[in-house]
Amino acid sequence: MSVAADLAQPMRLARRRYRLRRVLTEAGSVMLGIGLLIWSLLPVYQMLLIALDPEEGEIEFTGNLWPAEPSLDGFRDVLTQEARYLEDFWYQFGNSLYIGLLTMVLTVLIGSLASFAVSRMRLSKGSLLTNAALLTYAIPAAFLIVPYYRIMHTYGLADNLWAVIAAQVAFATPFAILILQLYARLIPFELDDAARVDGASPVQLYLRIYLPLMAPALAVVAIYALLLAWNDYLYQAVLLSVRNMTVSVMQGQLFSDTDAPWNAMMAAAIIYVLPPIALLFALRRHVMASLTMVSSGL
Amino acid sequence: MNGTGQLVATGPPVSVRGSWRPPGHRHLRGADFRWAIAFVLPYAAVFLALVVYPAGYALWMASDLSLYTDLIENRLYLPTLVNTLLFVGLGVNVKMFLALLLSGFFLRPRWWIKGLLAVYVLPWALAATQAGISFHWMLIGEQGLVDGLLAALLGIDGPLWFNNRWLGVGSNIVAYIWKWMPFWTLIFLAARMTIPRNIYDAAEVDGATGIRRFVHVTFPLLANLYLICTLLSTLWTLGDFTTVYLVSGGGPAGATEVLATLGFHYAFDFSRPALGVAAVMSTLPVLIPIAIILMRRLQTSLVQL
Repeated sequence: MSVAADLAQPMRLARRRYRLRRVLTEAGSVMLGIGLLIWSLLPVYQMLLIALDPEEGEIEFTGNLWPAEPSLDGFRDVLTQEARYLEDFWYQFGNSLYIGLLTMVLTVLIGSLASFAVSRMRLSKGSLLTNAALLTYAIPAAFLIVPYYRIMHTYGLADNLWAVIAAQVAFATPFAILILQLYARLIPFELDDAARVDGASPVQLYLRIYLPLMAPALAVVAIYALLLAWNDYLYQAVLLSVRNMTVSVMQGQLFSDTDAPWNAMMAAAIIYVLPPIALLFALRRHVMASLTMVSSGL
Repeated sequence: MNGTGQLVATGPPVSVRGSWRPPGHRHLRGADFRWAIAFVLPYAAVFLALVVYPAGYALWMASDLSLYTDLIENRLYLPTLVNTLLFVGLGVNVKMFLALLLSGFFLRPRWWIKGLLAVYVLPWALAATQAGISFHWMLIGEQGLVDGLLAALLGIDGPLWFNNRWLGVGSNIVAYIWKWMPFWTLIFLAARMTIPRNIYDAAEVDGATGIRRFVHVTFPLLANLYLICTLLSTLWTLGDFTTVYLVSGGGPAGATEVLATLGFHYAFDFSRPALGVAAVMSTLPVLIPIAIILMRRLQTSLVQL
């Protein structure tokens, strides 16, 4: 009896200590979660705070921590294009969308064709090209803006949306090829060989086997390319004139103007940031699945 | 970029397809070969026209050595070099390390952590220009949200963030970390999810829990990925123009510029394009080794597949 009693005491203590540790861990992770929530949302909240401010022009929201009289005037001004700087907002939004979508489509197309030929059709010496592609990243994007400015004139693309698209595709495709090659090892070669025996041409292999099976990786590549184009300020600012301005450039220009209609500007910013967020959430399962595959290969 | 051919040539003579070659390997013939060439051609054209040619052009523009004496003599160049070192060195490494730690947090099986992850990745999808503008407003001084919060919660007057060089550089770094940490967290989270459960079970039997498990089990398994990501991110961050241009705007009086923004100002505001290219080209001695290590690492990984 006494032995059991001797043992019961430390057991109870150990259990209590274990329970205490669990509670502390749980409390710690809740605290961290709240911290991360604030960290992630504070700049977003700042955008909403300014966008919902009813005053136009003057900096009325100074030091406010919440919108005293929230109003949707800013958003209305964007929709009707009434505010200063926003007269051509939807045209500029169209330009941004055009650049973003074409960058996305071309990156997926060019990247998948090249990595299909190199990794699936086993084009000899093809890997030299895909390895060299990664060297693109040895030249940080900002380095090339000056030569691009000159070269686009030579190519006849001065002040043309295609100049920006070309630049973005050149920067997005190496990463696309890397992701696609890492992911492609999932697809067994027997599949290609079987289809070949059945008389499938390379184009059919690409369309019927490669593309459908690579869907998750292609989703990541598409989002990456769209975000690259959507994030860009430098190339759009330098390669395009005011006539062909994009939303990004229009918004960045305003720093010198304290009288700008900031509520409408922020409303425009909120409208502009929504499409990639929507796309990311629509494709989130694909993104996670392919990131898992890709990172396990490195 | 003059290293292109050289790098490829000096790299180990291995190819991506090497390990994939099935037993009955045959060379591409006839129509198949022509198709393969046709598939590679678009990218080859993009690479030559939009990477090799501009890079060669940039090298040619920056080949005049007197540009570099001009640079050294320029009042802004050396401080900018220090800022760039801080921005890239601190920004990338703090971001990567926090991303690695946080990926462990997001691995916890709780419903609310899954929900939190959706909010946490928001900055990645939020366009950089708008994020930069928002950070600029948050820190714009007493009108900004941060100083407003400091006054309301702690009753202190916050600093004028963009009037001080170090506060400005710090603001840029924080904004940069905010924007890019989620992407790398996702990568590390994905990598951690592929670590088999039984490795952890075995480690636990051997007494490795908590920090010891992280140091002796998780980190060694992720080390190669961590290195590759850090190198890639370093190269990308050296080319990051938007954050500094929009958050601190390079101010006060150019004290927080980085090479990417300074090169832009030389080229387009002071009409000295060659000097602008030279400013960014002056990092080549650091860039080339990073690129070489990255290529080697990636080739090794690709071959191991």
